[in-house]
Amino acid sequence: MVKELVVAAIDQGTTSTRCLLFNHAGRMIAVSQREHRQHYPRPGWVEHDVAEIWRNVERVVPDALREAGLTPDNLAALGIANQRETTVIWNRQTGRPLARAITWQDTRTEPLVEELAVTGKADLIRDVCGMPPTTYFAGPRLRWLLDNVPGAREGAEVGDVLFGTMESWLIWQLTGGPNGGSHVTDVTNASRTMLMDIRDLRWDERLLKTLDIPAAMLPEIRPNATVYGSCRTVVPGVPIGGALGDQHAALFGQTCFAPGEAKCTYGTGAFLLMNTGGRLATSPHGLIPTIGYVVGDGPPVYALEGSIAVTGSLVQWFRDSLELIDTAPQIESLATSVSDNGGCYIVPAFSGLYAPRWHPDARGVVVGLTSYVTKGHLARAVLEATGWQTREVVDAMNADAGPGLALTRLKVDGGMTANHLLMQFVADVIDVPVERPFVMEAVSLGAAYAAGLAVGYWADLAVLRGNWHRAALWEPKMDSDHRNLEHDNWNRAVERTYDWVRPT
Amino acid sequence: MASVPGRIQSIERAVAILRLLDAADQPLELHEIADTLGLARTTTHGIVTTLRELGLVNQIHDNGQFHGRYDVAEAARVFGRGGPDPHELRSLAMNWADSLAAQTGLAVTLGVPTRVDVLVVHHVFRPDGSSQQLAVGQRRPLHASALGKALLAFASGGVRRLQGMDLAKYTTRTIQTHQELKDALTAVRHDGFATEDGELEPDRGSIAAPVQGPGGLAVAAVAAVGRRDELYDRRGQPRSDFVGPLMKTARSLSREVRRLW
Repeated sequence: MVKELVVAAIDQGTTSTRCLLFNHAGRMIAVSQREHRQHYPRPGWVEHDVAEIWRNVERVVPDALREAGLTPDNLAALGIANQRETTVIWNRQTGRPLARAITWQDTRTEPLVEELAVTGKADLIRDVCGMPPTTYFAGPRLRWLLDNVPGAREGAEVGDVLFGTMESWLIWQLTGGPNGGSHVTDVTNASRTMLMDIRDLRWDERLLKTLDIPAAMLPEIRPNATVYGSCRTVVPGVPIGGALGDQHAALFGQTCFAPGEAKCTYGTGAFLLMNTGGRLATSPHGLIPTIGYVVGDGPPVYALEGSIAVTGSLVQWFRDSLELIDTAPQIESLATSVSDNGGCYIVPAFSGLYAPRWHPDARGVVVGLTSYVTKGHLARAVLEATGWQTREVVDAMNADAGPGLALTRLKVDGGMTANHLLMQFVADVIDVPVERPFVMEAVSLGAAYAAGLAVGYWADLAVLRGNWHRAALWEPKMDSDHRNLEHDNWNRAVERTYDWVRPT
Repeated sequence: MASVPGRIQSIERAVAILRLLDAADQPLELHEIADTLGLARTTTHGIVTTLRELGLVNQIHDNGQFHGRYDVAEAARVFGRGGPDPHELRSLAMNWADSLAAQTGLAVTLGVPTRVDVLVVHHVFRPDGSSQQLAVGQRRPLHASALGKALLAFASGGVRRLQGMDLAKYTTRTIQTHQELKDALTAVRHDGFATEDGELEPDRGSIAAPVQGPGGLAVAAVAAVGRRDELYDRRGQPRSDFVGPLMKTARSLSREVRRLW
């Protein structure tokens, strides 16, 4: 009997670490998962214990193999997709982290980022990274760690303390840790540090100097689909062939390989990425130009990213804070109990409005209330808010992506794609078809695809494209007069959120 | 039907019986209850008798003469309401349905019973890239779809319900007599799955299995849908490489539903 070969993906996420196995057809054949603790030492601070996360990796990979009845011999390659911008420092000799990782949700670097802006560094950073300084990025977090963790700076300067985002930490551990582990990162994760030149894909001396970061602690930047090394533990001998930040992995897993192709992952927030090909777009509308992916020695493929802070989390708010439903899927039942929004609009600017509006002083509103409005109308307004926010990002993307790159269809994934009313509404308001593929685990699939490509398990991108099958399609049905009227109402609702927070 | 750990099986069964009686348009006989829920007759008799003594079930009597037929007492009507939220059902079914479609190459639908027909709450396209329309929100007739037959056999009060049922004719193969339907449902209960072979549309067919909640009552059915010639062999039997994965999917969904509800 021929040995069955599969590819493993580790999805190191914000709340859990999972291992998924995929076969040659791109079908998921096993999954295992372990959650890790969230640490909130102060308001606005969110940390992860990366030793705990490493222990979870050591368990979920064998668990997934066991579930599928396979052994490490059945693994052709292993790929990693990870929560982006979460920042780790550890000791090269002992393998121990010097502190808990500062996660992407953590806002402690705000003063540092403001200082960069007022000291005139914003232009340099925008030129080199494609984006003005923001608290998104890992670089300022690393600077915070160097300034605040005893021994960090001294250790970094002599090369004993290493920096990495989550994929660096995991690859270093998997390839031997203190005993010769590879200290590497991939271009997508590196592009989220605010330290890398987004055009030549190297660490930028000027930015390292600006943030006062010792070059000796930085990992080597590698493509997304390339052999990073062989595992020396967990699944010894298995090549690590892929690593990408989670949203880039979803772009890859959704096989958005041609310029103009785009995907949106709907979770607590939503992330829309569009492939812009070899061209690094600039975005007057405040989207983030980023690396899509790099395969082997190929040229970088760029992307534009637009994120929506509050989508699924608005449904959670409706469930947990208003207690109008017991479970998230019930919102569709409540919303279908009425035929329209009854004139009611909810704008969830819970912590301000981000791309493309950029009004940090905005706060959420519910408008259009009359005695006619029921909880069914509120449920509709909750779902419609996700639709209109998608529309705003799509409009910005169509304006900024470049000539000929207007969105013609949107591939979706994530938990909210179970909601048909919402998916139909998204199609209606962005006025292009919305389609869902069979494998909803686009993030993990993307990591597996990159790893499998690197070792020749899949021959090329065309083979991967052939694995993409449509499981559902929502065609736009709303007539344009109605869409324009509703869009106008939404815009008027959004205007009412501006400047709610008074300057202190 | 295995109980969820920590739950008392006889209470689950009692609730399933109350829901079944409430959903039925007419009183049911003991054996109809037992067959629909897959329970032994002695077990069913014990539960029904207890429920009757507690005032939750009525035994039907005409002119002082008792019959072995039961319906649900007004006090217990609340038990018959609800069932899992259809959108919750879809949400938990998505991965299983995707996987069934990928495995069989067929379209997959999930349906829930209404008073008069089946409501399609989830639909996964067949994975061949062909042009397809979402069927979510469409209705399927009880007697002329595999979803309908699976739900009739395992949820809707079985044959009793059928007598007044309108057997609309869709094709030359549509079931046209109540006796024929009754026999078909007996076969469904025996096999554990339902078939429909060109009975709704001439060249298409479907096979379906019940998604069973606590106590064995079907709360939904899952179907694989395709062309007649790919679903059935030359002898008119459904292909076993479709039936196996379908039954496995239905069992997995039943397990999930019992956790939820």
